Amino acid sequence: MNDSHYCPHTPEEIAEMLSAIGAASVEDLFAPIPTELRAKTLNIPPGMSEFETFSRMQEIAGENVQGITHFIGGGFYDHIIPSVVDHLANRSEFYTAYTPYQPECSQGTLQALFEYQTAICRLTGLDVSNASLYDGGTACAEAAMMALRVTGRNKIVLDGCVSPFSREVLKTYLFNLDVEVVEIAPLDGLLNRSLIADVLDDTVAGVLIQNPNFFGSIEDFSALANQVHSVGALLIGSVYPISLGILKSPGEIGIDIAVGDGQSLGNPLSFGGPSFGFIAAKKTFIRNMPGRIVGETVDRNGKRGFVLTLQAREQHIKRHKATSNICSNQGLCALRGLIFLSSVGKEGLAELARLNRDKAEYAKSLFAEIPGVSVLQSAVTFNEFTIVLPKNADDVVSGLLKKGIAAGVPLGQYYSGLESCMVVTVTEKRTKKKIDQLVDALKTELADVRF
Amino acid sequence: MSMYFTKEHEWVKVAGNVGTIGISDHAAHELGDITFVELPKIGTVVTQFGVLGSIESVKAASDIYSPLSGKVLKVNESLETAPEVVNESAEDAAWMAQIEIADEVELKNLMTQEQYYDYLKTL
Amino acid sequence: MQLIYEQSTSGRRGVKLPASDVPAAAALPGALLRAEKAALAEVSELDLVRHFTNLSRRNFSVDTNFYPLGSCTMKYNAKVLENSAALFAPFHPMTALLPGGVEFCQGTLGMLYDLGQLLADITGMDEVTTQPLAGAHGEMTGIMLIAAYHAAKGNRAKKKYVVVPDSSHGTNPASAAIAGYEIITVPTAPYGDMDLELFKKTMSDEVAAVMMTCPNTLGLFNPHIKEISDIAHSFDALMYYDGANLNAIMGKVKPGDVGFDVIHVNLHKTFGTPHGGGGPGSGPVGVKKALIPFLPQPRIIKNGDGRLLLETANQGSIGRTANFFGNFGVMAKAYAYIIMLGREGLIQVSEQAVLNANYIKEKLKGYYDLPYDMTCMHEVVFSASKQMEHGVHAIDIAKFLIDRGYHPPTVYFPMIVKEAIMIEPTETESKATMDAFIEVMIEAARTAESNPQALHDAPLTMPISRLDETKAAREQNVCSVR
Repeated sequence: MNDSHYCPHTPEEIAEMLSAIGAASVEDLFAPIPTELRAKTLNIPPGMSEFETFSRMQEIAGENVQGITHFIGGGFYDHIIPSVVDHLANRSEFYTAYTPYQPECSQGTLQALFEYQTAICRLTGLDVSNASLYDGGTACAEAAMMALRVTGRNKIVLDGCVSPFSREVLKTYLFNLDVEVVEIAPLDGLLNRSLIADVLDDTVAGVLIQNPNFFGSIEDFSALANQVHSVGALLIGSVYPISLGILKSPGEIGIDIAVGDGQSLGNPLSFGGPSFGFIAAKKTFIRNMPGRIVGETVDRNGKRGFVLTLQAREQHIKRHKATSNICSNQGLCALRGLIFLSSVGKEGLAELARLNRDKAEYAKSLFAEIPGVSVLQSAVTFNEFTIVLPKNADDVVSGLLKKGIAAGVPLGQYYSGLESCMVVTVTEKRTKKKIDQLVDALKTELADVRF
Repeated sequence: MSMYFTKEHEWVKVAGNVGTIGISDHAAHELGDITFVELPKIGTVVTQFGVLGSIESVKAASDIYSPLSGKVLKVNESLETAPEVVNESAEDAAWMAQIEIADEVELKNLMTQEQYYDYLKTL
Repeated sequence: MQLIYEQSTSGRRGVKLPASDVPAAAALPGALLRAEKAALAEVSELDLVRHFTNLSRRNFSVDTNFYPLGSCTMKYNAKVLENSAALFAPFHPMTALLPGGVEFCQGTLGMLYDLGQLLADITGMDEVTTQPLAGAHGEMTGIMLIAAYHAAKGNRAKKKYVVVPDSSHGTNPASAAIAGYEIITVPTAPYGDMDLELFKKTMSDEVAAVMMTCPNTLGLFNPHIKEISDIAHSFDALMYYDGANLNAIMGKVKPGDVGFDVIHVNLHKTFGTPHGGGGPGSGPVGVKKALIPFLPQPRIIKNGDGRLLLETANQGSIGRTANFFGNFGVMAKAYAYIIMLGREGLIQVSEQAVLNANYIKEKLKGYYDLPYDMTCMHEVVFSASKQMEHGVHAIDIAKFLIDRGYHPPTVYFPMIVKEAIMIEPTETESKATMDAFIEVMIEAARTAESNPQALHDAPLTMPISRLDETKAAREQNVCSVR
């Protein structure tokens, strides 16, 4: 009997197939596995119907506390997702296909990825992009390794204002290579410009900054780009794609390699994934870029078509000398990103960015009025900002979480000395009413503080 | 001017103490349409059979090994924008680098043109 | 088809955004603003829907075509898995990292923990990290764990090499290179597996790990695997199992029992999650006890009361390999798949995957050269060498199949087989589907003899045919400038 209705054969069919093979039983086909190596047990519970499976999955989802209002970011953001994103990306012609190795029967995926690469290039103001990386953190690591290859040097400088998660991922990636990683401690939520000037010399391969940074601050990095270039190093910028609706693009700043997490572009929070990492660079660096790249060409009749290109850089041909080990990427999430960007469009992305900033500025103005609370830095911010509380931020956040509000990300865990600070994120989805409620709840939480 | 070959299908033409290096017609044909040639920097010191550069086609990538030790004097920069010349004229116009030969004794480790053609028949 | 950008009209919108209910903020300083808005598409919602719907129709997919792409395990993706993953869309990963936050995420953390336990049992490992985001990411994580293990014993400098067979996936050496290792490649013997004698000569105290795919990329189970792992262990080299081909052996053999110390599992291959046109995948890594201290952080652990916690401050850990907890949505699908199929279902998956591959092997071996003629596991590798005599290459056969509505098998991999045609039917295909495919493969072989030009002309039924890949690589137009 079939235990899995996903295995379609009847007993008669199995018998016919075995007879064609010349085997007495299915078990015979496993004869190449020596008997003494055979598994003795498999402690997986008995199977169930799809209805029971779905009920179990609902129970599991129900074990998480529901309905939390998010004022947290840290790399993942609660943004609107137009209905078309799910409907189109969930067409199974997209999601049950694989890497488009055979271009004639994969033009759907290939053209979509070409359009995605185009969107990323236009958003970042850079020349070339790829068909996606895993996430924002691994994209930072891949960009750093790209800078090492391009320059032939072995030192990476990290702004401490970059997401602590991305910095950790980068350090994990580089740990076993002969690479020195220098971290610049933040100064009031900003890049410490005098410290970075001290470490910049002709041994540096790349400098990684983030804009807006983990504290929420936006900085003008144009002068830094010149400084970095003057020592022959590359400037790598991790950016928040929604902010690029209004903010100066990496290309305009002079960034050589731009990376980021694409979750905010049409991908649900989904407890941290899947999202996608994006990467864009100046054209001269294309051969050092990791991952799959789609290129435009013509077919034998002169018709336009799209193919995977520059594959000789990749692991399946170049093996240990490849630009990266990446094979599977996050293509479907990148497709969601493309559909999102094409839906909100040129004007809509600018409007969405302004909406985010307006909401955050409104919240910031209310926080500034709470006695004992101040905004950490005078720097300008996008949709996140850091506030200083009159008590330990961990206590405040855990207190508010019990009331169903994820009020912010406390910084003490990531930066010693900033135990009273937290980063508050306000996206376009947070209404004025919810922002007012957050401010009121925070006032209540701070009621026991005496000045 | 005499021409010598390696088992990895590079050639070197020797004129005085200057060696001009490229890949053989056979290698170019095996790789298919060449899409990229990575040339060494001028001044690089290479050792015999050490990596001099690399070459890519649509489906393959291969290192180019130097037939002799020496210092790179000149590279054929035109290949960077016109890699197809390797397919058209691998053993002439598509020379890749010129080196100042460090030690002519190393020539004994290479094959003559005739020996190379015999070698190809064994592959 | 036009690009979405070629259909744009200035000012057109695809979606209406919520109106602002707060005052407009003061403008940012000009130096921080972009000069021009990004030139994204400007299309109506209907035009957007038509565009992507029509694009999707230019794809072959598992849901529309038999897709026997070897090494990729293109099985049917059950629809209940999609519904299951959608249940978790609203949960923010940072919630778990807030002070006291784990109490709010017991469901999602518990599912990851339980998935780890199930995978540990299937693979014979002691603990599994679910953080790696794809197979190659899992390989890299696994090799880094091995590097940390050797470093902890003071042997990091001594252990310089990772040994791989020449039939291995390219990701194996590429992943080992990121972990700082040099690669030693061992050739395949005429019996279809890594040459045992050459392997023995290769081994020394300087080898850190041996990476094996078992069954290998020829679809063959290595009968010497235990001997290989014993030899590796005698030099304190660890055994790495590339789980790409796990679909063949569930319930039949556990890599951990055979001596493997580290394994990655491709959830998108074996555990029924869709491939997404290239991803997302998911590559959980299982390890034996000795490697647990080095697992990535945050590590999900269970306390005595059955509550889930996060270990974040273990100094021995290799650190974070990804920003959060891995591709959670993919793992929700894989978890649902495992609990739905259950013990007997998983065993049946492997049995029928192997049955189907052997059936195709027997039916086609009279028409195509079979360089390693023996019982295969879940996939079979033919060579188009007979067809080459008529000037027909593996790629021509692939294009002929497209005209008949089949996604081609993997061609030209593994590289050790000339003109390789690697067929992996998977367990979800019916006999009728395979019989029809076999007929078309036979027709292709006959056409190669009678009318090779017909194969060179294929495909004729697609919107485009035989793209100029050289032009693409030389010109590098990877972004529309129109």
